[in-house]
Amino acid sequence: MPISLNQEEMMREIIIDNYKNPRNFKETDDPSYITIHMDSDSCIDDIYIQVKIKDGIIEDALWHGKGCAISSASTSIMTENIKGKNEKEAMKMMEEFNKMLAGQPYDEEALGDAICFANVNRQPSRITCANISWRGLAKAFKEEEEKEHESK
Amino acid sequence: MKELDPLALRKDFPMYQDHASLFEGKPLVYLDNAATTFKPYCVLEAEEGYYRNYTANTRRGDYSLAHQADVAYQKAREKVASFLNASSPEEVVFTSGDTFGLNQVAFGLLPQLSAGDEIVLSPSEHASNVLPWFRVAKLTGAIIKYVPLDEKGEVIPENLKKVLTSRTKVVALASVSNVMGYSVDVKSLASLAHSVGALYVDDGAQSVPHHKTDVQENDVDFLVFSGHKMCGPTGSGALYGKKEQLEKLEPLCYGGEMNARFHSDGYVSYDDLPYRLEAGTQNIAGAIGLGRACEYLESIGFDAIAKHERKLRDLAVKGLEENGNAVIYNPKADGGIVTFNIKDVFAQDVATYLSSKGVFVRSGQHCAKILPEVLKTQGTVRASFYLYNTEEDVKALIEACKTAEDFLDAYFA
Repeated sequence: MPISLNQEEMMREIIIDNYKNPRNFKETDDPSYITIHMDSDSCIDDIYIQVKIKDGIIEDALWHGKGCAISSASTSIMTENIKGKNEKEAMKMMEEFNKMLAGQPYDEEALGDAICFANVNRQPSRITCANISWRGLAKAFKEEEEKEHESK
Repeated sequence: MKELDPLALRKDFPMYQDHASLFEGKPLVYLDNAATTFKPYCVLEAEEGYYRNYTANTRRGDYSLAHQADVAYQKAREKVASFLNASSPEEVVFTSGDTFGLNQVAFGLLPQLSAGDEIVLSPSEHASNVLPWFRVAKLTGAIIKYVPLDEKGEVIPENLKKVLTSRTKVVALASVSNVMGYSVDVKSLASLAHSVGALYVDDGAQSVPHHKTDVQENDVDFLVFSGHKMCGPTGSGALYGKKEQLEKLEPLCYGGEMNARFHSDGYVSYDDLPYRLEAGTQNIAGAIGLGRACEYLESIGFDAIAKHERKLRDLAVKGLEENGNAVIYNPKADGGIVTFNIKDVFAQDVATYLSSKGVFVRSGQHCAKILPEVLKTQGTVRASFYLYNTEEDVKALIEACKTAEDFLDAYFA
């Protein structure tokens, strides 16, 4: 779907707004949160995601750390989008988000503000910045699963 | 001294066909030469010559074809030895690059290190000159110490003096930092290390490609470098060591062609230098290509190369300063490395924006992960020049940096 100039302007604004005024940018030492640290050798991103999952629902999502505009804004938007969702819904969102980044048809409705990253694939090296927090969330779900497995 | 003409040199490089190479429709402005360099035809031909005309394993065959390969491999070693002014070719060990060389030196010194011994590094070292030492320190109980950088971010002999003790066994420093670009005074540093009985390891990854190296004049015990940063093939490189030091170095790799004989009871007699440190079939084509790269650089001349790089870096520093939106971390460095940030823009966002303008630079911590603690910044942008870069390349960098606050244009414009 072609993106109009107005839409582009809006997309830029969403990215800059979330970069400059990150949502849910807070660190907690509450042990009921799962903390996932995402960093890599190839870039400077050093991002911590903290999620509180209760009865399969994401009750809260926080993040802190440092990253580029794309990874910071995307993490900010993700934490907003996933609150109150269950694992299946969140993973569906991630799937649609990754489809968008891969340039495949995707469900715009499912993504909300995250559609502002539709153009990131113009710079393919930055796709991993856009989905860093989503990869972190997938890890958090895995950890939660292991935790439940152990407690059984 | 002859001035270097980068446009004429571009004829030697397939990446710059017809002087006006385009990448994705834009002029190719490649300014990441500290990461790797383009290869000239002569190096590609030297490598291909081995594959096409005289492929045979070295030091194994009794047939004339193998002899030809042996001769070319040995000639490459002699070339590298003279390039570094080593006293003999047997002091040159071929490696896969700087990282392997440093690992060979660090792990090769294991038997000579014990608990409480000190290994001195600097905070601006590349990961490959830090992590092998961390590991070796862990295995032996040795202690890692750092030479404090001066206010410019440089390693100076006065500061090395402050950390040397009678327990210092190794001083391992880059002769040019891949982030700061300063040339250190290798001769004085090595002499200080020797004054306490320590070995001096010179990480030449960023110096060997850019200035004349003289291992005897500097009196270093070991020097390592990579071929691919000096117009040579990837996966090529060399480790120089003083003969008496190489003799004592424990091999990192064991296998074919590094032994003379071995018995079922565990008896092994090892081959002579340098073969003892070259287990398995080597990167023969790579070594031959590396030898050719040494010749190529010598034919241009290091004085001309260094002068050209200096001119480009001065131009870049001046332009970035005039732009008014840049913070430059090494305005006074000697080599062709400019490390900077654009105010209020994350380094990686700058690099992607410059890439959208066809200007290719590096962003991040450049594998020197301790340095941000000193520079007080998370990451930086690095432009690094080489012999084929032009003033136009530098102007393109300056022009693109002017508007780097509009970094989201990389995705939308």
